[in-house]
Parts: sequence; C-alpha cells; structure tokens
Amino acid sequence: MKLRRSMLFVPGNNPGMVRDAHIYGSDSIMFDLEDSVSINEKDSARFLVYSALTKLSYGSKELVVRINDLGSGLGIHDLEAVVRAQPDVIRLPKTESAKDVLECEAEIERIERAAGIPVGKTRMMAAIESALGVLNAKEIAFSSKRLIGIALGAEDYVTDLKTTRSDGTELFFARCMILNAARAAGIDALDTVYSDVNNEEGFLAEAELIHKLGFNGKSVINPRQIPPLHRVFTPRQKDLEKARAVIEASEEAERRGSGVVALNGKMIDKPVVARAHYLVQLAAAANRTPIEEV
Amino acid sequence: MQDIDIKSIPRVEEITALHGAFAGTPVKDAETFNERMHSKNRVVASIEEAIRLSGLRDGMTVSFHHHFRNGDFIVNMVLDEIARLGIKNLTLAASSLTDIHEPLIGHIKNGVVTHIETSGLRGKLAEAISRGLMDFPVVFRSHGGRAAAIESGEVHIDVAFLGAPSCDPYGNANGYNRDEENSTSCGSLGYAKLDALMADKTVVITDHLVRFPNAPFGIPESNVDYVVKVDCIGDPKGIMSGATRYTKNPKELLIAKTTADVIEASGYFYDGFSMQMGSGGASLATARFLREKMIASNYRARFALGGITGQIVEMHEEGLIDKILDVQSFDLIAANSLKNNRFHQQIDASYYASYRNRGAAVNQLDFVVLSALEIDTDFNVNVLTGSDGVIRGAIGGHPDTAAGASLAVVVAPLTRGRIPSIVRRVNTIVTPGSVVDVVVTDQGVAVNPARPDVKEKLEAAGIPVTSIEKLRERCERIVGIPEPIKYKDRIVGISMYRDNTVIDLIRQIDEG
Repeated sequence: MKLRRSMLFVPGNNPGMVRDAHIYGSDSIMFDLEDSVSINEKDSARFLVYSALTKLSYGSKELVVRINDLGSGLGIHDLEAVVRAQPDVIRLPKTESAKDVLECEAEIERIERAAGIPVGKTRMMAAIESALGVLNAKEIAFSSKRLIGIALGAEDYVTDLKTTRSDGTELFFARCMILNAARAAGIDALDTVYSDVNNEEGFLAEAELIHKLGFNGKSVINPRQIPPLHRVFTPRQKDLEKARAVIEASEEAERRGSGVVALNGKMIDKPVVARAHYLVQLAAAANRTPIEEV
Repeated sequence: MQDIDIKSIPRVEEITALHGAFAGTPVKDAETFNERMHSKNRVVASIEEAIRLSGLRDGMTVSFHHHFRNGDFIVNMVLDEIARLGIKNLTLAASSLTDIHEPLIGHIKNGVVTHIETSGLRGKLAEAISRGLMDFPVVFRSHGGRAAAIESGEVHIDVAFLGAPSCDPYGNANGYNRDEENSTSCGSLGYAKLDALMADKTVVITDHLVRFPNAPFGIPESNVDYVVKVDCIGDPKGIMSGATRYTKNPKELLIAKTTADVIEASGYFYDGFSMQMGSGGASLATARFLREKMIASNYRARFALGGITGQIVEMHEEGLIDKILDVQSFDLIAANSLKNNRFHQQIDASYYASYRNRGAAVNQLDFVVLSALEIDTDFNVNVLTGSDGVIRGAIGGHPDTAAGASLAVVVAPLTRGRIPSIVRRVNTIVTPGSVVDVVVTDQGVAVNPARPDVKEKLEAAGIPVTSIEKLRERCERIVGIPEPIKYKDRIVGISMYRDNTVIDLIRQIDEG
C-alpha cells in the first residue's frame, strides 16, 4: 500500500522549490500549475514542471501535477505537456461530477496514445472543492479506475458554503462525505492544506483530527509541516506490537494453508490484517531519514 | 634618616633593580580619588593627540579589532586622522574588515595604507582589491594564525587603536557598559585583548568614559597607554542585532536536523561534551536540535566556545551548558550574558585558537559545525572568495576550529541558486580537507575517507552516508559545471593556514 501521509505543494513557477522538493521527506510532491501560479506565468510554470519531471530525479517520491481545470482553457495545455513528462498522478481541481473526471481521463488517454505511453499508466486524483462536488463525492470516487484518491480543497469549499475556515466544524460534513466515498470505492482520502504556517498548534490539532477520522494524509504548503504531520501518523508502540502479532498470526495461517487467521483464540478478518500491514509500514516510514540517494 | 653606604653591601653589583639609597618621597598627593581621576590619568584630548603621542611614523603597523562588525566607526575615524597628519606607508593589521571600511580605498590610493593583514574583506573594498587595487597582496590569516603571529612578534603592532563601549580614565576597557543600560555594546573584546597586550602603544577609543575601576574588565589598564573619548564609536545596529533568531528556512532546518543526528551518532555526543557552532543559519539551528537531544538524554555540555549567540546563552541559563568561552559575542543576549553570568568567560584570540598555544580552547572541542561557500571533493573548504572569484568573506576561526575539534562538520546547501557548493576544486582553499571530517548538505551526508570510524558509526545509526563524489555529481546534474573563473597572473591575496604557511593564492580577476 502506498503511503500518502503528506503531499507537499510546490508552486510550479518556483525553480528553487521545484528543484529541491524531494529533500523534505514528504510521501508525495504536488507540482502546482493552478492556484499558486499567476495567469501570466502559466506557460513558464508548465515548461518548468515538464523539464523538472523529465530531467531531475526525485527518488521514491510520488509525483503529482495539479493542472488547471479543463473549463479554464488552460487545463488541456497542461495535460499536453505534463502527461508526456509521465508523472505518477494528475490532480484534477474543482471536480464537481463524474463527468469532469471522465472528460479529463479521455484527454489523458488520447495523449498517452499519441505519446506511446501505455494507456492507464497515468493515474488521477480528484480534488473536491464545492458543495456540489461534496454531494457528488460518491459518483466522483467511483468514476474512473485511474483514480488513486479524492481530496478536499477547503478554501474554495468554505467560500461556496458562505463561511470561513475555523476549528474544522465547517468542514466536518465534507470530510465525512469524501472519506466515506473514498473508502466505499477503495481509494485514498486526502485532506486539505492548513495555510497558517506559523500556527503549529492549530496545524497539529487539525492533523490529529483528520488522522482520527481516517484520512490517509494531508496536503502541506510548507516543508516545516511535514515532520509534525508524520509524527501524528506514527503508530503507538502498543498498536504496533498488536499489528506485528496479527501479521505473524496471518503468516502462520498461510504456512498451515489455512484461510482462517486467529490470534489469542479470536478470529481475525482480512481488513484487520491489511490494517496491520499498513501500521507496520507507517512505523517503518517514521524511522526513515528524509535523505535518500537520488 | 640613617646614612646607608651602598658600596658596603657585599656583592652589591650583582643585585639588580637597586637604585641607590633612599632619598625621600615626592610630596604626597592629597586629592580625593575622584579628583585624581580627572587630573592625573591616561585620557588625551583627541585621536590626533593620541596618534602624535604614540610616536606613529611612516612604515609602521597599526591594528584594529572587528568586534563592531559593520557598525565600526573606529578604523575610518583613525585613518582619516592619520592621513591628515601625513603619515604614510602603513601596514593595517585588523582582526577583520567589512563593508563599512570602504573609505580605505581612498587611503590605499593616497599611500596611507600600503599593506593589509586581515581575516576577511567584504563589499566595495574587497571588490577593489580583487581588481588589483594594491601592489602588496593582502595577507589573510585565521583568528588563531593572527594571534600566533602577534604573540611570536612576527607581526609586530606598533600602535593598536581599539574601540571600547566603556573605559575608565586609566584604560580598563569593556565591550559593554556597566553604568548605563542603553549604550553601545559588543560583548567580548577577545580580538582586542591580545592587540592591547602585544602592541608597543595601545590607544582605547570610547564613547563612555566611566569611573575607575571599570571592573571586571576585558582589557586591563596595564595594557593601555592612552584613552580617547569620542562622541560615537559606531552604529549599534551594525555592531550587533538584538537577538540572533533561529532560521525558519526549511532547507537550513533540514540541514541542521541532519547535522544534529550526525553529531549524536558520531560518538562525540556524551555527557560532558564540548562544542562550537559557527555563524550561519544551519549551524546555529543545529544547536536547537542538539538541545532537544541533550534534554532527552539528560546530557550537559562542559563548555561552548566561540562566537557566542543568544541560543548558547539560553542553554547555559537552563543548565545545559556549564561554561561559555567567548572570544566574540554575536548578539545582545550574548553581550548581556557576558556582563551578568559568572561562568560566561571572555577569552582572547590566542586562548581561543593559536596553534602555538597548547591549551588553546579549540583543541578541547569535541565538535564544531561550520558553514562553507564551497567544498571540493578533497573536502577542502572555501569561505573567502565567491563564485566570481571576488573576495567576499572571512577566514575567521574556520581552520582553527576544524583542526582543533575531534569532529569538524561542514554544512552547506548542495546548491545556492545556480551555484554549486560541492565542486571539483574550490576557488580558494581556506581549510584543508585533511581537517574536515563530515560534510552535511540538504541532499546527503559525506564522510571524509580518512574517518572510516565516523562513517561506520553514522551507518550503524541508520544515517545514509554517500560519497563526496556522488554529491558533486548530483550538484553537476542540477546546475551543470560553471565556466572556470578568469584570473590574471597578479596575486592580490594570500590565504594562510593557521600555522601561517601559505595554503592558497588569490589572483586578480580578469573581467576583460
């Protein structure tokens, strides 16, 4: 299972940040061509991200590009460039319906064929940023096999709701909708950014909340947010020990050729075993230093 | 009085310091101590008078300290007076020079200053020298190398002109003022102390003449000949900041965190260790991460050395560092701590770093964290010349602390904009690779092959270690290989190692 605790937002028009995005230890890097890039820099950002993806190496990081929405007229140019650079994932902004996803997917498929890239190689994620999108979360989550996850984009969403960001109450419904839709479809649920970079306490509280709800992770806008976020996602020793015992029991069952896993006399379901593997994976990631040979 | 026949004393000719028979005393001074302080003292009316009284002549050597950094008025003030008096052909031996000393260009052109010895140069003066302003190459010495040369008499100071934020009428001088809270402050006078001791004549220039005794003092009156009161010795804003803040730059924090991990794993982090943190965002921030580790392990440091910042003071005050040895205070918190904390000790440049001094504090360091402009694949470090070949830095205590510390960690971002930090050959060698143990960048840690013990320890602790060659390759993949800098043949500067051997030459840049 791919870890997506943290997705670092990197403005696509900032060469220094694009160049060094992998050094901070986030699980994913999201090069942004959309809201962090002003209208007169859209083409240079597109070119910079294309060049970075094709020339630099980012080690084991999952590489995501957030394109402009197709309706803006910019999105298609973004796709023409970045699909050819073969990032892992294209992030679609402002998704309101399954149709938005399918339209984008069709373009991606066309470009994949034209560029000789295996069809389906480019994965997608959809960001939901409006009341309509939240209500359609289920159809969005189920719309395409390419989807690795759906994400909440809170800034536009609270504007649409005619409110502002506060303690998270305003996002509770959207978060639950997105989380449930994602889980029903068997994909990841990813939380929005916390933009008050200097409020470490507020960030931590939000990270703990979304971790408790069940999100896979969260977008971050500053590398300083990555270590505290990863700490929140680090399993407690007690849970880890239990997870290891579950894995041992499941391996034991496999050796015996038995489909039934039992631990301390109790039956263990498959999802519990999967969850145990996930926890062990989280613990291993927590101990890794961000430095990797690239 | 009894008649004493001096000649009757057996072997009287062998007794030294015998000045004949007692012949009475001069009339006793009945003034109050307070009156005497005003009537009989070492205060002279002006810098001009001090220069005249000092006997300064053509061809002599004058010295200055750099504790006032970019707020220093002393060098420019004194040289203007010297120039007015028509004295020429001087050697200027400063502990360092910076942007504010741009007017020196004029004094060099008119022949007042014909030779410079310094730790570093910056700004317009540095640029002019890099373009061939002086016939006589500038001699760049480390703080320890300069101290050694002065102590041995090889660099002979005829007159030292030393600015001090407070001084009494006899010359007891301090880098702060005990009598007034809001006056100029520079903290330690470490680099001035040795000059005062070794110079033939020492002039203290102060803006705060305080009552005798200005104790505890940084410079004792026994090392001072003249005291001059002026209105202003410098610009407090340029002398030091209120507090050195920890960096918020994520890349510097990342380097700092990795550096702290490296130190923890290196074997030199134990209860009772000693340390120095260089200036520069990443090296300073390393202290913050070490602090967390010290608290977690219940370790204390025996001492912290060097340029001292508020961070080190805070750790001292919370009981994490027993003693502070301070040759230069970097911020007001450090300066105030020197004034108020008993175990914050002012030390001179020789005590700090002279290679001739077996007990030099740098030799007692477990580790030092140092910044670098460039590091080459032989681990040589440049902190003196920029990527355009122009002088824009200072040697400081870099080679002294790297050589003295058991573990010298050099930190740098892998690239700065389009400029690589890891190169095949540095522009100017300041610190030889043989005394650099570990290089920490944002994209990897390299250990000098001469230290397999350290590499083994880091790897055992799970810190990935790469080679310096791989870091260079990565650097080149990102920013390419810069075109070589064009130089002329003329030598404009000499980079001296701390033992005062020539380690590299700086040539005039060729802009043609």
